[in-house]
Order: sequence, then structure tokens, then C-alpha cells
Amino acid sequence: MEFLGMYHYWVFAVLLMIGFYAVVAKVNLVKKLIGLSIFQAAVFLLYITMGKVSGGTAPILPDDAPAQLVSNPLPQVLILTAIVVGISTTALGLGIVVRIKEEYGSIEESDIQEIDRP
Amino acid sequence: MSLEFHLPALQVAVPLLLAPVVVLLRPRGLAWAAATVTSLMAFAIAVAMTQGILDGEVYRYAMGGWEAPYGIGLRVDRFSALVLLLVTGASSLGLLAGKQSIDRSIGTRRQPLFYAAWLLVVAGLAGILVSADAFNIFVFMEISSLASYVVVAGGTDRRALPAVFKYLIMGTIGATFYLIGVGLIYMMTGTLNLADMAMRIHEVSEQRPILVAAGFITVGLALKAAVFPLHVWLPNAYTYAPHAVSAFLAACATKVSLYVLLRFDFVVFQPNLLGHDFQFAAFLMPLAVLAILVGSTVAMFESNIKRLLGYSSVAQIGYIMLGASLVSLTGLSAGLLHIFNHALAKGTLFLAVMALAMRFGQLDLASLGGAARRMPWTMSAFVVGALSLIGVPGTAGFISKWYLVTAAFAEGPLGYFLIAVIVVGSLMAVVYSWRIVEATWFAEEVRANPVTAETATGEAPTAMLAVVWLAALTNIYFGLFTALPRALAEGAAGALIAGVP
Repeated sequence: MEFLGMYHYWVFAVLLMIGFYAVVAKVNLVKKLIGLSIFQAAVFLLYITMGKVSGGTAPILPDDAPAQLVSNPLPQVLILTAIVVGISTTALGLGIVVRIKEEYGSIEESDIQEIDRP
Repeated sequence: MSLEFHLPALQVAVPLLLAPVVVLLRPRGLAWAAATVTSLMAFAIAVAMTQGILDGEVYRYAMGGWEAPYGIGLRVDRFSALVLLLVTGASSLGLLAGKQSIDRSIGTRRQPLFYAAWLLVVAGLAGILVSADAFNIFVFMEISSLASYVVVAGGTDRRALPAVFKYLIMGTIGATFYLIGVGLIYMMTGTLNLADMAMRIHEVSEQRPILVAAGFITVGLALKAAVFPLHVWLPNAYTYAPHAVSAFLAACATKVSLYVLLRFDFVVFQPNLLGHDFQFAAFLMPLAVLAILVGSTVAMFESNIKRLLGYSSVAQIGYIMLGASLVSLTGLSAGLLHIFNHALAKGTLFLAVMALAMRFGQLDLASLGGAARRMPWTMSAFVVGALSLIGVPGTAGFISKWYLVTAAFAEGPLGYFLIAVIVVGSLMAVVYSWRIVEATWFAEEVRANPVTAETATGEAPTAMLAVVWLAALTNIYFGLFTALPRALAEGAAGALIAGVP
């Protein structure tokens, strides 16, 4: 029961490790960036799930409505910023990969190391 | 409201808002001039705030008039001022000295963009230092990192690209780890303000998410600060960056991450988590010792000057962490002083390397034979920087090493071992500095290494040389008149040990 109650943390942890594995183990630079995106997406999910109050609705409070249970909107706002940061990082990373392809003619890490070896 | 009241916000706003303006300045040289003036303005703001802080003031600022628990607060105290001076000072010196060097490595059309990215690095680093909000620190950290990937990759050397890619991957993982830690703390305390966090974390300090958060934040920031063994991105990024960028980033980029690491740990975790000081010391002290020994050893066998200095930086970060991991007032003061003094020494050395690169194409020791006979002024400045790095009395480096030895001495038997490490590390610094001095001053002259035919002889441009010597003289000045860095470092260490947010 406790396992199921905490399942969103398991989603976070498993996604985080899948992304991390791809970053560490893949030699292809684009695959590394995909891994990095999964890694960051896992953290977005951690933030968004932590703000959810079960049974809570969107935090819009009209003046005349009775008090009701709402979810915490702040983590979602924070993660909106983090998503923008993540996209910028991925875009810059892909830009660098394009430049690497132009200069080295390959996007495999092993090839690049081979070419640069004096 | 006076202008002084707004200084903390202006420190970030000036470079941040002028960066897009610089992009528009197409005519040759204008972008450089604008960036330099902006950087000097940021330096002047930092100096003005330091003056206020030395008079006992702590700057607080509520962005948009929203008070701290709800809005985003800015806060500048002695620790922030110490690092702010370094960031804005290193940027100003790098820009003042770097014009010809940057002209050579970056095409005229791309220069406005390059200078805009440079200013964004300054704005990001300054933002981290003035912010009192954990999430805001993350955002500024990413602004400065993204911009610094751009400036590092800006040069002509294609080997910079794989180096930057590695820097980007590791930097992002570090920042994301920090984000996970902040998220877990927010989950437990419901606040992002550091001072609030320190107050509320006490009630939940027994719970496991806080411990996990401490781990994520420490490892993430250690990655960004290039603490051994998470330093692998640093040497290549410094080696293949444009020379002016190396001088700027080597002086201050990793120090800002160390600033966040120390501030977070001493304000939020140390006063509230049971036994955290022991965990902190037990985790970081061995890494610091290894950093000093391994970094210096690799530097002793490295043949490229810039990479040699990069590994030396890894070792010097070890000294800073060693001081901090003693978790004592003198130890922490020594660490903070070394942040300041190492920035002076390493900044000087990289500026001198930049001057050297104006006349020599290859920067490995074998092709720099007799360089000092052609460029005596440049290499004399280099020697001053190297003496400061080693810690010779009369230079800035001696002061922090002396503090470090004093702090280690107070620790008893363990301290004697640490003193031995410090002395061995310094002797290794003598060895690797001597290799450069020997090659450039005493070795046979190498004729086959000019950049272009007409620049094959003579000193670096006079303007550049003047800035290099200005940097070299600060090493001697702060070695003899230590009041300013000591007042800032000791005050900051006292506040951190007491857990004042």
C-alpha cells in the first residue's frame, strides 16, 4: 500500500535514473542530450506532484465562493521557469552538437576523442 | 529613496539590461567599449556596497516592494561583497586587457554577441551573489552557466566545442541536483527564502527528505564548483576558451558556486541538522586533501600552460574546501580569504598567459623556450602571480596559507597531517611554477613559434601589459595591506559560523 501511495516518487526516481544512465552511458552526443532532457523532466514532475493536494482544485478563489481545498500553485510557477531553462539548455546543447558535426564530421564522442588525439 | 538603496538590484540590472544593447552596437570596437564601461559600472557598484558594508550595513532589498516571505528578497553582506568584488573586478580587467586578444580570436561580426554573452555571465554571477532566495539562485546560476558556455565556445579552437559540451552536461546535472534539493526542502518547509528556510527547517530536521536534500545540494554545487573528483569539465574548458575568457572565469566562476555551497550549508543545514558539521567535514575534507595532491601532481606533469593552470585551480579549490571543512572560525576565514587571494593570483597568471599568446601560437612548454627574454615584462608579471599562488611571504597567497596553517594547527594530530598536505601542495606548486619559469627564462630560444611573421618579436601591447601589471600589483598590495580582505572574510566567516542568514 505504501508503495502505491508513493508511486509518483517512484516515477520521479526511475525517470531520473533513466535520464542519468543515458547521459553517462551513451556515446552519441544527441542521445546524451535526450537523456539530459529526461533527467530534467523527472525533476519537473517532482515539483508538480508535490504541489498537488488530493481533492484540491485550481487555486482560483472568487470573492463569494465558499472556502475550498486548492492545490499549491507555486511549484507549477517555479517549474515553468525551470522548463524555460531546460529548453534553453537543450537548444544550446544541440547548437554545440551542430558545430561539432561541422568541425569534426561526427557526433560520436569516441570519434571526436580519436580525432583530437595528438 | 536614494540611489544607494537600490544598489543591490542595480548590481544585477545594469549588466543584464545593457547586454541586449551591446548586441546592437555593430561598429567596430563600440561593443567592446560599451561592455567595458558596463563592467566598470558594476565594479563601482560593488565597491560602493563594500564601503557601506564595512561601515556595518547589510543591504536588503525587496524586489517590486513585496516583502521577503512572499516576494523575492535580495541581500548583500560581507561574504557576498567579497565575491562580488572578484566577479566584477575580474570581468573589468579581462575586458580592459582583452581587446586585442578577443579581436584576434573572434570575428568582427560575432563580437557584439560575444560581449553581450560576457555581460550576461556577469549579471548571472552577480545575481547569485545578491539573491536571498534559493530558487532565484538556481535561475541566475543557469543564466550565468548558459552564457559562459557561449563565451567559452566563442573562440577559434575547435577543441573548445567538445570541452563546452562536457561542461554543459556536467553543469546542467549539477544545477538540476541543486534544484532537486531545493524542491525537497520546499516540500518540507514551504519556503524558498534562505532565512525562512533556516528557521522552519528546525521542526522537520529529523526527516529523511531534508537529509537527501542536503546530499543533492552539496553534490550538485560541488559539481559546479569543480570540487575533486567532479572537476573533469574544468581543465579543458579553461584550456580551449578564448584567453580573456579563461582569465575572467578562472578568477571567479567556480568561486561563486563555492559561495552558494558554503552559504547554503552554514545558514540552513549546520545550525539545524544534528551532526551535520561532522558529516560535512568527513565528506569534504578527504576530497579537499585529494584535490590538493592529485591536482598539483597532474599540474606537475602537464605541458600545456593553460591546462597546467587549470589543474592548479582544482588544487586551489581543494585549499578553500579544506579551510571550510574544518568548520571553525579561523578555518572558514582561511577558506574565504583563499577565495579572494586565489582569484587574484590565478587572474594574474591567466592575464599574463593572454599577453604571452599575443606573440606565441603554441602554449606548451616545449615551444615557449626563451619566451621571457623576448617578453620580460609579461613574464615578470607571471612570476609575481606564481609567487602569490605558491604563497611566498609578501604576496596575497601567503596570507591565506598562513590562516590555513593556523586553523589546521588548532585541530591537534589531524591538523598536523593537514599542515603536511598544505606544505607538500605548496612545494608541488613551486615545482609546476618553476617548470614554466625555467622554460621561459632559461631554456634555449625557440624560433619556430610565432603567431604571424610581423608579431614575432617584442612585448605584448602596452595597454594589455599595463592591465596585467595592475593585476600583478594587487597581489603584492593585498599581501602587504591585508585589512580589506581580512575584514570581509573574517566578518563573513563569523556570520556563517553563527548561522546568520
